[in-house]
Amino acid sequence: MEHLRTPKVENVHLLDRSSGQRRASVGTLYLSATHSIFVEDNPETRKETWVLHSMVNSVEMPSNSPAGSQLILRCKDFRVLQILIPQERDCLDIHASLVRLSRPEKYSELYCLSFNPNVNKEEREESWSFIDLMSDYRRMGVPNNLWVMTAANSEYRVCDTYPSELFVPKSAAPTIITGSSRFRSRGRFPVLSYFHQDTLAAVCRCSQPLSGFSGRCQEDEMMLQAVMRSNPGSDFIYVVDTRPKLNAMANRAAGKGYENEDHYTNIKLQFIGIENIHVMRSSQQKIIDVGEMRSPSMTDFLWGLENSGWLKHIKAILDAGVFIARAVADEGISVLVHCSDGWDRTTQACSVASLLLDPYYRTIRGLMVLIEKDWISFGHKFSHRYAHLDGDPKEVSPVMDQFLECVWQLSEQFPCAFEFNERFLLTIHTHVYSCQYGTFLGNSQRERKELRLPERTHSVWSQLWKDRVDFRNPLFKADLSQSQRVLRPNTTPYCFKMWKGLYSHIDKSMPPCQSPADFLSAMREESQQLEEELTNHQERIAALTGRPIVWEKTEVLKRRTTHLQQRHLGPDPPTSYIQPITGHGQAVALKQANQMALNKEPNLYLPTECHSKLKDHDPDDCSTCSDRESGVADLRSRSSSGGDYAKDPDWE
Amino acid sequence: MAVHVQNKRKLFLDSYHQTNRAQRSREREAVAFIFSGEGGEVICSRRLDHRTIQIFDRQLMELSEHIKTANVEDAVLRQPLHPAARGTLCVTGHHLLFSDREESSPQHFLLLLRNIDAIEKRMSGSSGTITIKCKDLCVLQLDIPGMEQCLNIARSIETLSCLENVSEMYPFFYRPSDQSLKDQWGLSSTEKHYSQMTDLHDRWRVSSVNRDYSVCPTYPQAVIVPKDINDEMLVKAAKFRHGGRFPVLCYYHRKNGMVIMRSSQPLTGANRKRCREDELLLQAVIDGSDKGYIIDTRSSQQAQQARMTGGGFESKSCYSCWKRLHRQVERGKALQESLIKLVEACGNDSHNMDRWLSKLENSKWLSHVQTALSTAGLLAECVERDGHSVLVHCSEGTDSTLLISTVAQLIMDPCCRTLEGFLALLEREWVQAGHPFQKRCAHSAYSHARLQQESPVFLLLLDCVWQLLHQFPLALGFSEALLLRLATEAYASSYGTFLCNSDKERCVSRVKEKTLCLFQALLRPKERRCYANPLYERTELAIWPSVHPQSLQLWRGYFLRWTQQARHLEEAQEEIRNMVILWEKMALT
Repeated sequence: MEHLRTPKVENVHLLDRSSGQRRASVGTLYLSATHSIFVEDNPETRKETWVLHSMVNSVEMPSNSPAGSQLILRCKDFRVLQILIPQERDCLDIHASLVRLSRPEKYSELYCLSFNPNVNKEEREESWSFIDLMSDYRRMGVPNNLWVMTAANSEYRVCDTYPSELFVPKSAAPTIITGSSRFRSRGRFPVLSYFHQDTLAAVCRCSQPLSGFSGRCQEDEMMLQAVMRSNPGSDFIYVVDTRPKLNAMANRAAGKGYENEDHYTNIKLQFIGIENIHVMRSSQQKIIDVGEMRSPSMTDFLWGLENSGWLKHIKAILDAGVFIARAVADEGISVLVHCSDGWDRTTQACSVASLLLDPYYRTIRGLMVLIEKDWISFGHKFSHRYAHLDGDPKEVSPVMDQFLECVWQLSEQFPCAFEFNERFLLTIHTHVYSCQYGTFLGNSQRERKELRLPERTHSVWSQLWKDRVDFRNPLFKADLSQSQRVLRPNTTPYCFKMWKGLYSHIDKSMPPCQSPADFLSAMREESQQLEEELTNHQERIAALTGRPIVWEKTEVLKRRTTHLQQRHLGPDPPTSYIQPITGHGQAVALKQANQMALNKEPNLYLPTECHSKLKDHDPDDCSTCSDRESGVADLRSRSSSGGDYAKDPDWE
Repeated sequence: MAVHVQNKRKLFLDSYHQTNRAQRSREREAVAFIFSGEGGEVICSRRLDHRTIQIFDRQLMELSEHIKTANVEDAVLRQPLHPAARGTLCVTGHHLLFSDREESSPQHFLLLLRNIDAIEKRMSGSSGTITIKCKDLCVLQLDIPGMEQCLNIARSIETLSCLENVSEMYPFFYRPSDQSLKDQWGLSSTEKHYSQMTDLHDRWRVSSVNRDYSVCPTYPQAVIVPKDINDEMLVKAAKFRHGGRFPVLCYYHRKNGMVIMRSSQPLTGANRKRCREDELLLQAVIDGSDKGYIIDTRSSQQAQQARMTGGGFESKSCYSCWKRLHRQVERGKALQESLIKLVEACGNDSHNMDRWLSKLENSKWLSHVQTALSTAGLLAECVERDGHSVLVHCSEGTDSTLLISTVAQLIMDPCCRTLEGFLALLEREWVQAGHPFQKRCAHSAYSHARLQQESPVFLLLLDCVWQLLHQFPLALGFSEALLLRLATEAYASSYGTFLCNSDKERCVSRVKEKTLCLFQALLRPKERRCYANPLYERTELAIWPSVHPQSLQLWRGYFLRWTQQARHLEEAQEEIRNMVILWEKMALT
């Protein structure tokens, strides 16, 4: 609260380019402890725009214009909001408040600690046990006579970034484990990530060995032997170093490096060449810039895409996953994956491989489990990577963004193989950054325990599960050949596309593009309802007449989209807030704004709204409708002659 | 077009074999088999009457001199997404037929020779390999034992795949059992089109000034022109336009009565000639309204330069009520080269990401799509938003002119977006309006032959329509499968629709009497099922496409058609279709 200087400013212009707005709307800006809230003046709509402070990436204040001072808010979900404030003083205040509020310094300032979604204590506790990793290990068939759980790390003594429950080869004695952990960066010794029951091969993960130029460790060598022996019938394992070979070699100078094939018997070393977090950070910035280009030519756009290198990195990660999945499924060879610390690239490669290997991870619940296992429990540093707290900007990197994009690219290639849709991925992306739930907070299991997050915050998974209807891919068909068993994606460059849903602001502004997926979802739901009705009627008729029913042939009905419209209105964003804010003075306004922030689900810019207008256009109302469907502003801006065709090119 | 035929065909072949024509060569057998129709139904041998056989014999005599080796045993066929197959290869006048040796379920593979764009032969020892690159972008390989056999086959393919003489082409011999030459050829005519648009009648008329194709050889016999302009004036206006293509009506916008006209460039030449009749004709188009737009699909420099060679543009002083806009839409050689580069880039799996993106950029194909869509959008905007009539032309008025006017009509007119409406639009704006299909589609992206008049303008149109379909998946009544079929048929077809370069040529070759019409065939109930868009929901609104680079995509369904990726997408389409069928069934009960 102490950071709020001006809780309310009137006569503010807001332009939300990413939601397709072309003209700024006028309204009042409220600042609460957790949100900036913009309420349109227009008495009919009173549209509200909510921005969570923790979603704000940067606040810029470009030079003043005659109409007032400008603020540009760049959000972590890549939205850009332009705000025009009449008085410079107000603008400075808001700027200062937002700069402070968007960079919390302590965990206690985070939204998830004040967020209270109206559930009781039991429900909150249940939400934390919604995903149970042990049952996933059981599902994949461990523990068994090859892999066992070890108590070595139960107090986080061997490795403070690993979870307390870990699976290791049965033959790996505690001395081997501790010995190996001492020879691995951050103590991250080889442990099981995924066990493939069909071939008995496993995906294991660790960090780089502290080998330097010639160092070796007997326990670590035995550990790798044990991993191999846990896959009966195999006579070697792959060690996948996900770094470019050059980087790995450079690490040797710092006493780290990679496995020497002379010291380890029966390993095959494979470098994949995924770049480090710093390269990825700057690459993402470039693709964001591509997404923000106002009216680029095709050449500019494709050049920008190439220059960003982003798709190249995505391909590298997918290639890593494909290599591992092939080794495990086709060759039946276990794979040990590592990078430097084993929490970024390793996590990406292992989770992509699991996704390819196991259809379960392609379901809504399965993806949650996969993220909980490979990302959260194995100590991916969420708070550092996604800048939950003000900290070292060099620690920030879009590691999770890339994983989600890999999943998206796969779902584009196999449209029927995933139970969830793009919206699910985007929602997860938002929550990784939002700090609304405790799920992604902290950098390791140990840290989360110390923060007592399960007692003080809510878990996002059960909430997403509640909303699962919105996240369902209507085309998902588990029994289709492409959906079954191991996915074998094509990673030829032409199979990759820019993820417009995440990076393109233009596309969100396009006609509420008629979405077949939404249409089909609605349809599927309706058929189910009809089916139920039909059975009901049949039962009733049968009960009444005691005779079986013969159906007469009737005319085919015209598709009844009116039924479907309701569905497309989507989940209610704060626009359904009934009480208009009519603050008499700042205190009241502030109080109300805070209340709003605490009481209800804030709009986190899930791109669900745009689907709401899917089919409800009124043919009579051409003017507004065609404007909404219009790409013409777009068309004009494209023309090389400056856009206005009034320009006459006559030379006489 | 590759057609896989199942056991039934084998049965047919067997029964045919037994009916005392046992001595016939394998080659004839294959041809007879082809006569049985690719469409699907198997006809029994009794129906193959003498007339058919005679036609076949005559055809074969003319073409048989090109066939030195008619069949090869023990050949191996490799096609994308299929395991290699060993079997018998037959060359006939118009087809390659391959039958594999599977006893239980023999597979036949049939390829129209016309579909072959280029072949490469490689000899090694006593056998040879022929790589066949098709116009539908499929690449096949045939391993043929025996050097001489291989060379013979290759030579036959080379000659027979690019026959010059229209009347020798396959559509003149294609007689499927379920279609007849007596069926109506074409969907509509200018007169019928006119009679359906009653709003038009008080200001516009049908003129048959071109009934003998003397005024404009590339126009149909009847055209729609302003009522106030008589035929004599039309003749004079035609003399002032390139190739005689005087301005005619191609679209009437019911909402506001505005029209789209199309023509070729005016022949003003270096000394700025004028033509009173042409000016009056255009004045009559505006009639009362304050102004109209002329969209010239050349850059202003190009239009300037055209004057040196006798062409030109409508100057402000002579056409004072018309505002001219220049938008350069690529056509001709540049477009062909763009296609070649793109296909080359798509065919190479070993590119890394940077190389792929730079090749994609370098091909410029997507830029051409973007320009075409945005120019069509501009045209539609002039008519629908600004409420003005528009004349569109390039130089000849047979390529980008048609492209732009067609896409603009799809944007504005819901009637053009149904399956029938779209096919009728293509018939009106491309077949009847004289797009020179034979010249433009003689070769596709693989040919090493020297380019003459090849240019994938029609393919660019289909790509633009696909972009519309991609952005508005519910607004068009037809599916991607239709666009793919049309793209294939335009280059090699069993039907006569895309033969010749103009109505006049079709008339001379008697195409309408002697071949079958593709559009009619596509509207048969069985075909319609796979070409209709299951998600179609008519909207009366204009569908304004986004032309932002991010909104435009590579048409993977076409350019990557023979990869595994395309199969997955097809599966998804199939899934959608099934869901809709199921849903409709439920709604019915």
